[in-house]
Amino acid sequence: MPASAPTETKSTIGSFTAEAFAAHLAAQASAPAWWLDRKRAAYAAFASLPFPKRTDESWRFSSIGSLSLDAFEVERVDPNALSPASPFGSAHLTFINNRVAGTPAGQTLPPGVIVTTLAEAAHKHADLLKAHFMAQPQKLGSGKFAALHTAFVGDGAFIYVPRGVAVTDPIVVTHIASGAGTAVFPHTLVIAEENAKVVVVDYFVSADRPSPLAPRPSPSGERQLAVGANDLYAAHGAQLTYVAAQDWSRDTLSFQFNSTIVRRDARVQSLNLHLGARQARHESLSQLQAPGAFSEMLALTAAEGAQEFDQRTLQIHQAPNTKSDLLYKNALRDQARTIFSGLIVVDPDAQKTDAYQSNRNLMLSDDAEANSLPGLEIQANDVRCTHGATSSRIDPEQEFYLQSRGIAKPEADELLTFGFFEEVLARLENTALHDALNALVKAKFAK
Amino acid sequence: MKPSTDTDTLAPPAAEANPVEGIDQSSGNFSYKVDYAFDAGTGLSEDTVRYISSVKKEAPWILEFRLNALKKFLSMPMPTHWATKDLENIDFNKIRYYLSQGQKPKRTWDEVPDDIKKTFERLGIPEQERKFLAGVEAQFDSEAAYSNIKDLVSKQGVIFVNSTEGLREHPEIFKKFFGKVIPTGDNKFSALNSAVFSGGSFIYVPPGVKVAQPLQAYFRINAENFGQFERTLIIADEGAEVVYMEGCTAPKFSTSTLHSAVVELVALKGAKIQYITVQNWANNVFNLVTKRGVAHEEAEIKWIDCNIGSRLTMKYPGVVLKGRKARGEVISIALANDGQHQDTGAKMIHAADETTSNVIAKSISVGQGRSTYRGIVHIPKHLKGCKNNTECDALLINTNSRTDTYPAITVRGDRNATQHEASVSKVNEEMIFYMQQRGLTEGQAMSLAVNGFINDLARQFPMEYSVELKRLIDLEMEGSVG
Repeated sequence: MPASAPTETKSTIGSFTAEAFAAHLAAQASAPAWWLDRKRAAYAAFASLPFPKRTDESWRFSSIGSLSLDAFEVERVDPNALSPASPFGSAHLTFINNRVAGTPAGQTLPPGVIVTTLAEAAHKHADLLKAHFMAQPQKLGSGKFAALHTAFVGDGAFIYVPRGVAVTDPIVVTHIASGAGTAVFPHTLVIAEENAKVVVVDYFVSADRPSPLAPRPSPSGERQLAVGANDLYAAHGAQLTYVAAQDWSRDTLSFQFNSTIVRRDARVQSLNLHLGARQARHESLSQLQAPGAFSEMLALTAAEGAQEFDQRTLQIHQAPNTKSDLLYKNALRDQARTIFSGLIVVDPDAQKTDAYQSNRNLMLSDDAEANSLPGLEIQANDVRCTHGATSSRIDPEQEFYLQSRGIAKPEADELLTFGFFEEVLARLENTALHDALNALVKAKFAK
Repeated sequence: MKPSTDTDTLAPPAAEANPVEGIDQSSGNFSYKVDYAFDAGTGLSEDTVRYISSVKKEAPWILEFRLNALKKFLSMPMPTHWATKDLENIDFNKIRYYLSQGQKPKRTWDEVPDDIKKTFERLGIPEQERKFLAGVEAQFDSEAAYSNIKDLVSKQGVIFVNSTEGLREHPEIFKKFFGKVIPTGDNKFSALNSAVFSGGSFIYVPPGVKVAQPLQAYFRINAENFGQFERTLIIADEGAEVVYMEGCTAPKFSTSTLHSAVVELVALKGAKIQYITVQNWANNVFNLVTKRGVAHEEAEIKWIDCNIGSRLTMKYPGVVLKGRKARGEVISIALANDGQHQDTGAKMIHAADETTSNVIAKSISVGQGRSTYRGIVHIPKHLKGCKNNTECDALLINTNSRTDTYPAITVRGDRNATQHEASVSKVNEEMIFYMQQRGLTEGQAMSLAVNGFINDLARQFPMEYSVELKRLIDLEMEGSVG
């Protein structure tokens, strides 16, 4: 475990002082009173909650010493910001440094579907926003940072798909951070009503190069802070697919909080691709609230250099006959570190639960470090719950087989590494999305 | 002195009353009124520690070791940030830390005082010794009442004594390793044990000696509010082999009892140690035990740990794999019934190339019982060829039974491999139905299924223990269905 500086000596609010918050509120003056009240309450919680400590179980193995919130700027406008081309096609909504850029692109959406900003939704769809925005308890250790998100969230995406409507093409939201010292608070809220069907893509990127597929201008890039969240709600029979591709600069401290609520017979598939940031913490909470609910949780991490990816998940089965399936794969090069801490909770009445949790770590260097904490808390007996965690190098037999067919070792290893990733990517139904994610991974991991 | 029969309380036969609660503690559920010659009183202070040290006539360094440990114990917090809050129910001021009739164990059963002898006879210890053991130590509250090793074994140079004798008579052997595998401050309860330890076995097996029959220790708590803190140190010199078994019982008092042992194993080059525990404390005992071994080059340490009794057990036997090609193994069986929490697991710390470890844990939760697996597997930087395999299976019998799994696995580098798998299931309904078809009652079918679940592990026990385990499970399963 890395040594961490004593936390008492360090400011627990960093740049996010009462003055910074007052300035942020002033910039949000046009928002409704209830929204501002929630922000004030969140700020109070943020300021009073303690910083994580090394002894906190929910931060076990995490590097605590490097979680500094100092020297960041919230209300930073960068009119000359680059807008990197998106591998997902044109975005419906683009945010640059917490502000919406331009008007929503002109794709046609089926009638009744709403794709707008949180700022507008706060006025027009206040009830929906009140019910779903950051409404779930923070159970995975980042209460303080989630409160920071609510306090300083500038704008974000609000996506609503009414009953019975299917949106065929993915709805793409791009979140851009530009400039050194910038703090961004991206948010995406998706509500899929009864039997609705929708695919939403969140793309997080730092404006440090013209294209995400281009090589980086510098190995680390600008120092930034990203504290993002997404709320996903799938009502009775809805089918919601959510893909998040995180490609922040290599000097970003990133937090991302997910809450997924799955109602009766609904199905949510989420896939998180982790590429960027210096240190990235991702917390994902899936609640299976009614019979027939299914949550598929997928993640792919390509870690290199001194990157640290810290993923914490919680699958809560609250009703009988629910299903969850988690597959988190990490490939580690150089001195990279990963932490996977997952917990399946089966409530006392959730009989016939079918829960699966799998963490696979592919070790590609002698200095990489993978930590796995796969957990179960089961309080019902008629269940099928299994988990598995493995850490190992590329299978020497597979390597040998490819070499015996005339493929040199470096190419063989690369093929096998992408084969390792493909198991996750292949779960996506949408081939264009599959190819876009594959291109992003290749841009980082192909030699 | 005759045992006063009025305090001789036997539990009703396990089959009646509440069978779900009826784990067979009936054979151990009795106590005798004993006049203790040495009593450290109730509560814990520096004086308690000085009293224990003085009646044992210990060397000054041991007293210093104890006092230092007491300071550590008092300064360390309860580990309730990860462990159960039930720990807060232990009242350290109500516990009696030392009770004995004398510090020198008897070498023949005839010399053992009648009431104590009767206790062990009821538990079948002398009989077992005659049948299949190479040596026996029987601890009654704080001190061994009886300790004997067969001549043949002692002629091979094997030392098998209690901790008091070990430190006094063989300091050149034991001092070197004492407190080295488990440092005093390893955790709050190892610090407590280091302050007030008494009893336990000190074993030394000389190079190349293979002890053919198991050595056994039997731990008995007799007095109410008593805390038992035995300390065991086993050293297997190069190429030596030894099997050690321990059993334990206590009567069921209305107040809770504390058992907090420290067990250290050292397997030098090429040595093999197998340590077998069948824990069947009454279900008001807090059983908080630290067990760890160091395996040197090509040595092997195997813990077979079976937890059936106690109110709360927290025990994670560990192996530090210190030498090349060392091997560590933990086989764990836990059975948690109403009012019980079996929080058990394993620690495998790899510290040399080509070390391998294997953890197989099976737990059964009955009624409102809760079983927890906690584990650590650690493979640090720049090692190669290390392997770990961990399998945890949990069986839940009733709708309100509970199980948890909390492993932690750290792997550095690309030349090692770990795999961890866990599953939770209930007894297969089709299997039960099939057996009922063939004329078995549901209870019998359930017993058979549960025994089948742990069969591959139970087979690794010595015959006598495996038969006993099966019998305990049969009793347990009666009335747990329907």
